[in-house]
Amino acid sequence: MFAYILRRLWQMLPTMAGVVVLVFLLFNWVGGDPSYLLAGKMADAQAIANIRTQLGLDQPWYVQLGIFVRQILTFDFGNAWSTGEPVAHILSTRLGPSLTVLVPLTILETLIGIALALAIAFVRGSLTDRLVMVACTVGMSISILVYIIVFQYGLAYKLGLFPVQGWGDHFLENLLRYATLPILIGLTVSVAPTLRLFRSFVLDEVGQDYVRTARAKGLSERRIVWVHVLRNAAIPIITYVMANLPALLIGAFLLERFFGIPGIGREVILAVERSDFPVIKAITVYVAAATMVFNLLADLMYQAVDPRVQLK
Amino acid sequence: MNQMIENLSPGLWALAWRRLRADRVAMVSLAVVLLFLLSVLLSATGLVAADWEDEVAVNYAPPGFVGPDPALAALARPSLPAPPNAFDPLASDLSELKTELARHGKTTQAVKASTLPFGADKWGHDIVKKTIKGGQTSIVVGLVAALVAVALGTLFGAVSGFYGGKVDDLFNWFYSIFTSIPSILMILTVAAVLQTRGVLTIVLILGLTGWTGPYRLIRAEYIKHKAREYVMAADAIGASGWRRMFSHILPNVSHVALVQMSILVVGFIKAEVILSFLGFGVPVGVVSWGSMLNEAQNELILGKWWQLAAAASAMALLVTAFSLFADALRDALDPKLK
Repeated sequence: MFAYILRRLWQMLPTMAGVVVLVFLLFNWVGGDPSYLLAGKMADAQAIANIRTQLGLDQPWYVQLGIFVRQILTFDFGNAWSTGEPVAHILSTRLGPSLTVLVPLTILETLIGIALALAIAFVRGSLTDRLVMVACTVGMSISILVYIIVFQYGLAYKLGLFPVQGWGDHFLENLLRYATLPILIGLTVSVAPTLRLFRSFVLDEVGQDYVRTARAKGLSERRIVWVHVLRNAAIPIITYVMANLPALLIGAFLLERFFGIPGIGREVILAVERSDFPVIKAITVYVAAATMVFNLLADLMYQAVDPRVQLK
Repeated sequence: MNQMIENLSPGLWALAWRRLRADRVAMVSLAVVLLFLLSVLLSATGLVAADWEDEVAVNYAPPGFVGPDPALAALARPSLPAPPNAFDPLASDLSELKTELARHGKTTQAVKASTLPFGADKWGHDIVKKTIKGGQTSIVVGLVAALVAVALGTLFGAVSGFYGGKVDDLFNWFYSIFTSIPSILMILTVAAVLQTRGVLTIVLILGLTGWTGPYRLIRAEYIKHKAREYVMAADAIGASGWRRMFSHILPNVSHVALVQMSILVVGFIKAEVILSFLGFGVPVGVVSWGSMLNEAQNELILGKWWQLAAAASAMALLVTAFSLFADALRDALDPKLK
């Protein structure tokens, strides 16, 4: 097990190196010289030269790449260009609000998705099944923007059921007061695609021999679906949920932006708007690393769910 | 001879078309998609909605079925000549000027409509025309970007799957890099780096970041096909690697590319709408469904819901039809997947 984890971590290195090089190329080569951007409109040659020295842009490329790698390893990306706030501080303070929304959202989404998918799999091929699938397709076709705009206007602004936006200092206040509507919208948007996907996972299982055996020995349909099928369908479900967690961190950026939640996603949008390169670079690299680690965690969880899986 | 040709078994595409034709949902959604494409074509050639920027109605004119807004309708009436103002020494000169101008017949003080079939926006643009024009941008971006992504994915997947070995390792390395960065973050990062805003920029951003899905599937198909007899036969008669890859194998895997493309179009239209909404997409002055939603967001608070409704329902209708069609196409081309 330990050897397996070590080897997987070792295999991540080339990919991680590729991500670092890709981000480096994007910002240092494709993006051009940021010192003109930083110096503002009234820049003189001296000011630009100073900024270039400060950023290390007058160094050869391999020194610049070295600086970048050191920044990643020491978690020290310097200060954000727009606000002067240390990037490490931005990341650590924005993570909490993001997770306050994302953790409940992911848990609820997964549970609702599983319950609905199993219920639908019961009646597969029926009119109900087809209607639910069409409803899912229609629901997925409406832009998330429309859901957010309409829900925020209707439920928060018109009816006053939720605060229109805002964020407090206490976890419970945030979770129960400010995060409720974003979570609700997130669920509305994500249940349809999740249900479609989980349904296909479940349908892959219901045709298997062990289901026929279970039926033959007289188990109730309920027990077959909720115990036998669910355990087997759990593997692709875990893969999907785990692999999507880091992406969700960014994917919730629209919710965070509309509801004024000071999370990672909103920070990415602000950084793109302000051309705040250090913040974007840091977030991209760390989210990529998190994606790889979560993929590994998903593989480790397989074994917990399914003892037949051998990690080699 | 004719008899023989008629007895040939139908090809993959003919079979798929036959299956599609039997699927009523697929045919209806295909019709809707074609209708949207027709509107894109007509608006791109300037036959329809070329004059969407004319201010044909009062600001925020409501849709016809709601009825005119009394407050706005008052503004729409051509203003009566004001009573001569005793305190304005220029009043007589002004009215003289006005009659002079009117005589030349150049002042087209058209009466602005107080309602339009689906209302008007802040400047009095016709929402129907604006939605068609916005659809043109969003659909073209989605289609072209999907074309770029599928072309790249097919090329990489073909080379990688066909040659295998070191080449395959290299492309798999690229694949692992691109998939470890969530696509929306990748898109935003590239948008941040490319400072220019433009339709071409979004197409490039979406196209260059979206090739991973088609790559994975096309590569798998090439690995499967390269060992088949027809490819070996082509090798035996001396066909070059590229010839085997693109004139022998490609037609046999092109249905995978087509299905991937229909899936990507949907995703890219949604992505373009979000990017343009945030202001990272189409430049100012170009209308897309995303920029319409951006305007509509503020209008909703004033109670002007029609622009939001128009852009949102046009997009939802197209995406629903396109998704249903993509599903049916996948089932028709690959019936064993069902």
